[in-house]
Amino acid sequence: MLLELQDVKVAYGRIEALHGISLHVNEGEIVALIGANGAGKTTTMRAISGLRPLSGGKIIFNGEDISRLRADLRVVRGLCQAPEGRQIFPGMTVLENLDMGAYTRRDKAGIAADLARVYDLFPRLKERAKQAAGTLSGGEQQMLAIGRALMARPKVLLLDEPSMGLAPMLIRQIFEIITEISQQGTTILVVEQNAQQALSRAHRAYVLETGRIVKEGTGNDLLHDPAVREAYLGVA
Amino acid sequence: MNTLIDHIGQYTVDGVSKGAIYALVALGYTLVYGVLRLINFAHSEVFMVGTFAILVTYTVLDVQQYPALVVAIPTALLGLVVAGLASGGIALAVERAAYLPLRRKNAPPLIFLITAIGVSMILVEVFGLLLPRRIGHLLPEVFGRERAASLSVPYLFERRPVLTIGDTTIDTIHVIVVVAAVVMMIGLDLFINRTRYGRGVRAVAQDPQTAALMGVNQDRVIMLIFVLGGVMAGAAALLWTIRIGNTQSAIGFVVGLKAFTAAVLGGIGNLRGALLGGILLGVVEVYAAAITASIWEDVFAFVILVIVLMFRPTGLLGESLGRARA
Repeated sequence: MLLELQDVKVAYGRIEALHGISLHVNEGEIVALIGANGAGKTTTMRAISGLRPLSGGKIIFNGEDISRLRADLRVVRGLCQAPEGRQIFPGMTVLENLDMGAYTRRDKAGIAADLARVYDLFPRLKERAKQAAGTLSGGEQQMLAIGRALMARPKVLLLDEPSMGLAPMLIRQIFEIITEISQQGTTILVVEQNAQQALSRAHRAYVLETGRIVKEGTGNDLLHDPAVREAYLGVA
Repeated sequence: MNTLIDHIGQYTVDGVSKGAIYALVALGYTLVYGVLRLINFAHSEVFMVGTFAILVTYTVLDVQQYPALVVAIPTALLGLVVAGLASGGIALAVERAAYLPLRRKNAPPLIFLITAIGVSMILVEVFGLLLPRRIGHLLPEVFGRERAASLSVPYLFERRPVLTIGDTTIDTIHVIVVVAAVVMMIGLDLFINRTRYGRGVRAVAQDPQTAALMGVNQDRVIMLIFVLGGVMAGAAALLWTIRIGNTQSAIGFVVGLKAFTAAVLGGIGNLRGALLGGILLGVVEVYAAAITASIWEDVFAFVILVIVLMFRPTGLLGESLGRARA
């Protein structure tokens, strides 16, 4: 097990948003966390990345309890997130954004190799390398956010709603690339509202409802689960 | 009015060299504001401490007025190092002792502002009262009198004409001040825009949470900007002593407020805005003094501040350290 959440609780003031969720990600997997708006998906991601303190439970990464580790050190350990809404640095160029992803690294050769890999996955970013990131389209910004996170060479890549605000064709394209990244050997935890895409790409998946995991299984199982189909795929 | 028009060139040159010093001090306000959205009113005393560090060093070394160039240049460089260390150090100390505990407690902005003003007052009184009372006998030239209104710092360089065009004379002091200030600013600009740490500063300025997701240690960035702003104020302190030749414990108040005005004028949070704002303010002040009397020049600085805040609150170049490539 590369990443494990044990009974993780997160509260905003007195309101508890996560009521003790447990999940795990094995090396090499794509694991999806699906759920409706407000289910606690982004809160889970923020807790894993260290932007939100836990009010209970533990996060174990690579055998180490990182529950209280500072956010920047979690990146050094090998967890990097492409956050919800991309959150690229609009005033920096595309290349500078990618360099930000490699902020904690000093191995120049490795960084250059990863930059080549990111450009390979997203040729569009190479074309726009010198352009201010704020001028990119939504889809390009999402590519940049994923590419930026890859520049950290993470052991687990965390993707928070990569499909947000994108046209269906672009969503499919982004998920194809996510599969490709996985096949190149990066473990992925992806949070999604677009259950169709997420479940058909994921090895395993969890369903989050109002701060609790209510279901888990292989992507395929959940894709064919009547309750999931009704709630998240709009099929009766 | 006629004096101004007749000697516009000379007034402009004087104003630019005055404004270059404001600009250096303004960088400290702008860096801290850009990252923390905090107006660090204690920054004026960071500048003051720099001038005292120079004064103490020169007094201890018994530096004479107008030494030969072979002595003056190394002495000036020593002054730069000492002032940079003192100002950078005090800026960092203020951040660690005063602001860090507030950040840990998530204090509202108003508390930071009041703390900054409090720290500023404490530093003024430490140098104006406490040190004279405690160690005045050790260094009577510096701390012999309480709240001494004017402590002379030996002039290192004589004012000698370098270039005369018509009746405008550019002298050695103009050249030293402007060149040194520009070199410091280019250095800072390159550091912020071209280095990894500089990118970290811009990332935190734009979006602290996402910067953390990229592995930027926000705390280290905050320390860095206080030190950088302090070093710039230390350089300004050296240039101030070279140009004006004296200091006092209350020197920070007026210089600091003007540098703050310069920062707002150019667009606070914007490094190049600080340069523009500083130079503009210096020039306008000198013009204003020429038209009226020099006693009015301070008034103009604040009239400008009010006008800017009324019509263009984000300043001439707009705010934000991260956006618009600093």
